[in-house]
Amino acid sequence: MIECTINGETVRLDADPDMPLLWALRDLAGLTGTKFGCGIGLCGACTVHVGGRATRSCITPLKDVAGTDITTIEGLGADGPHPLQQAWRDLQVPQCGYCQSGQIMQAAALLKDMPNPSDEDIDAVMTGNLCRCMTYPRIRGAIRDAAAAMKEASAHG
Amino acid sequence: MDEQRLSADDRADTPRLSRRSFLVSMCAAGAVFGFPRAGLAAMNPGAADGQPLEAAGRRYEPTLWYWIDSQGQVNVNVIRAEMGQHVGTAIARILADELGARWEDVHIDHVDSDPKWGTMVTGGSWSVWQSWPVYRRAGAAGRTALAEKAAALWGVSADAVTVADGRVSAGGRSIGFGELVQKGLDRQFSQDELKALPLKSHDELTLLGRNLKALDIDTKTNGQAIYGIDAQVEGMVHAVPILPPTRYDCAITNIDDSAAKDIKGYQQTLKLEDPSGTAPGWAMVIADNHWAALKASRQIKVSYNTGDATEVGEAEIQAENRRLVDDTGTGAIMDTGDNGDVDATFADAADTFQADYTTQTVLHFQLEPANALVFRNDDGVWEVHTGNQWQSLCLPWLQEALGVKEDQVVMRTYMLGGGFGRRLNGDYAIPAALASKALGGKPVKMILTREDDSHFDSTRSPTLSRLRMAFNADNKVVGMDSAVASGWPTKVMIPGFMPKGTNGEPYDPFSSDGIDHWYGVGAQRARAISNELAEHTFRPGWLRSVSPGWINFAVESFMDEAARYIGADPVQFRLDHFKAEGRNAGQAPNSVGGARRQAAVLKRVAALSDYGRDDLPADSAIGIATTYGQSRDMPTWVGGAVHLSVDRESGRVDVHKIWLVVDCGTVVDPDGARAQVEGSALWGLSMALYEGTEFKNGRVVDSNLDSYGPLRMIDAPEIEIELVESTEVPVGLGEPGTTVVAPAIANGIQAAVGARLRHLPITPAAVREALQSGSA
Repeated sequence: MIECTINGETVRLDADPDMPLLWALRDLAGLTGTKFGCGIGLCGACTVHVGGRATRSCITPLKDVAGTDITTIEGLGADGPHPLQQAWRDLQVPQCGYCQSGQIMQAAALLKDMPNPSDEDIDAVMTGNLCRCMTYPRIRGAIRDAAAAMKEASAHG
Repeated sequence: MDEQRLSADDRADTPRLSRRSFLVSMCAAGAVFGFPRAGLAAMNPGAADGQPLEAAGRRYEPTLWYWIDSQGQVNVNVIRAEMGQHVGTAIARILADELGARWEDVHIDHVDSDPKWGTMVTGGSWSVWQSWPVYRRAGAAGRTALAEKAAALWGVSADAVTVADGRVSAGGRSIGFGELVQKGLDRQFSQDELKALPLKSHDELTLLGRNLKALDIDTKTNGQAIYGIDAQVEGMVHAVPILPPTRYDCAITNIDDSAAKDIKGYQQTLKLEDPSGTAPGWAMVIADNHWAALKASRQIKVSYNTGDATEVGEAEIQAENRRLVDDTGTGAIMDTGDNGDVDATFADAADTFQADYTTQTVLHFQLEPANALVFRNDDGVWEVHTGNQWQSLCLPWLQEALGVKEDQVVMRTYMLGGGFGRRLNGDYAIPAALASKALGGKPVKMILTREDDSHFDSTRSPTLSRLRMAFNADNKVVGMDSAVASGWPTKVMIPGFMPKGTNGEPYDPFSSDGIDHWYGVGAQRARAISNELAEHTFRPGWLRSVSPGWINFAVESFMDEAARYIGADPVQFRLDHFKAEGRNAGQAPNSVGGARRQAAVLKRVAALSDYGRDDLPADSAIGIATTYGQSRDMPTWVGGAVHLSVDRESGRVDVHKIWLVVDCGTVVDPDGARAQVEGSALWGLSMALYEGTEFKNGRVVDSNLDSYGPLRMIDAPEIEIELVESTEVPVGLGEPGTTVVAPAIANGIQAAVGARLRHLPITPAAVREALQSGSA
């Protein structure tokens, strides 16, 4: 039995400790917003936050997340769209959309670490997330917009 | 904080949770995303649960393509699959504009595979082009009916009535669509009446060309969009296949699952029997959850009898391409007009120039691996839940595999986690159907591993293009002879789609489009040849931009080379041969203007990119190319330029900027159009420099991102796009942007460092080799 917190809810999972977190989220918790792409941690579609860090859930076994706090795309905008989600909508970033949960989760971790990222910072961090529709120019733009919006909000907050 | 306990065994007992755990509680109810009604399965991409909008009160269906309800909601039926092009939004916009609807009232419904919809296919960059006349007439029908109803109600002439913004008005009176529907509307239109309906002029269209938010965006930012991989029904088992060593001619001789027996959740391994021949030699591991099936599949040993394909590699397929091109008796001769005797022209020529261009095997690598959920529902109908681009192609295979009639299979099309042509070929649904059949109709949810998705992919075939040009004593072009060889997807999957050449031989248009270009070159021959060794080794696929993606690499590299050969400027040389005359004058409605429009985008992109500037640093240049996608019947005119630099030591090519000028006729959705051009251009860049695998022992050698490296953000250059203003027929945009990038890069490399690269992908090693071998 593995206990952890998913999107603010304490969860106990009776499953194989080797089961990747990705499949526990999708098949056991029913949180299908996190996607399976490559299974080897190289496309980023499965990115979630574990203890606030961007984590590739497809190569993270359940036993490694015992006691941790996990956030998925469903939990990111639980109280209204995250500034990144808003920027993604405003710029109409998604095409097929399949990688975008992972892109947004990766970008959210990026902005937490670097509230004011340069284009080089954005490229360096986001290059681990593959977008097969090649929405890269819009992802870059949306991250810049969200960073500006968050800065604005904190200045007035 | 609530505490919950979830496992594969007891999730049905999970109590109702907080709003945040909405999906979890849906799971507990057992009917995730709503159990689809038999034969009515459809999908609303704007709704979190995917359920189509229900009509409120009365509902009026002016045509098959939509209904309006008593609240004035307009629900548009879309038969095209959503794979990133926001196709439903584009199609609904066309209809709503002609109808005079209020955009906020418009919803879309991706319908099931009922035969009443006609041919269902999403590909070829056809969707907007094909839908434009149909949905405009449908909109006009509704507008006419609403106007007539209001006119009768008010006792005025229908001509005095205006329809706009979801309301019908005349002489100070006004009524909403919903109220009119509520009063009862049943006007229907015959095909002849539909065709006779007057359509709005371009000036009267108010939604056209406006930036509207696509109806499928929000759910793609919060995890709610439902892809095939997310399909679930009560009682389903999970399946992971074990694939045979090669695509064909392998038969299972033994399955040993003794090492998997102790894995919790493992059930059994099925040896699939496939009457359709789509996926021979597959075993299917069945378990309680995906992880258990995957873990078990790694422990199970399957033995096979194998066939000849295990001996075939990339080199053999290319050698066969070369043999076929060398043999002038092979292939279909395409109609390039009656413009002289090619053989005599070449025999009499003062000079000739020839070059071969090749491209390596390319994977689709759509990010959502192939998957399908199949079961027999309570009415005895087989339901196939998956993402698919060509339902009409797949349904007969499913019928054959399941041994049932047409009315006993229905497909529910989910969001596609990337199409790119991979899901035109719905072969992956067959093994899931066979597994369900073997289990008596029990729901089987199959997901391929990424590696197996690559091995089962219908890749873009290795290709060879040979181009020859004849010049007279004045260095004028007098003839051109071209031959292209590759494995043909259309021949393998839908041979009836192949037209016949002038020599009576059938050809695959998707393996030859591009060779019949718009340059006036005098006597011209274009020969298209199918490579049966390729077709026997793997199932060739349609891949974004199909043959214009590789043939234009050849044609546009060749035009540059031929210009340099005779000492002409490559852009001026092209312009000199774009003469809008004869068959290159174009035809109404789709190719009005012909070569003149291609010349215009080339000129414009040359100006935009400042082609010809002489102030660039050493080893850098602007390369240029022009193409038309996807076919002569439906040309989108593209001019492309790239600014690149080459590092002579490493051979690395850096693309700094891409310019694209695109004339696609009327632009329906400007923001969507730009998105498609951006994505397709970067896809072209990815195939030019980064993507390529090869066959070895009948399988691709690269099956995952540890060795297959599509373009990443860090290598994505700035892109500047200009869409030509036009009121011509809207043509396609999903692919044309792809076709121009690779030749522009190859031309830019030659301009920068003098090396000519004639093989895709252009790797640093190939550049180094070209520089060292003195082709520079």
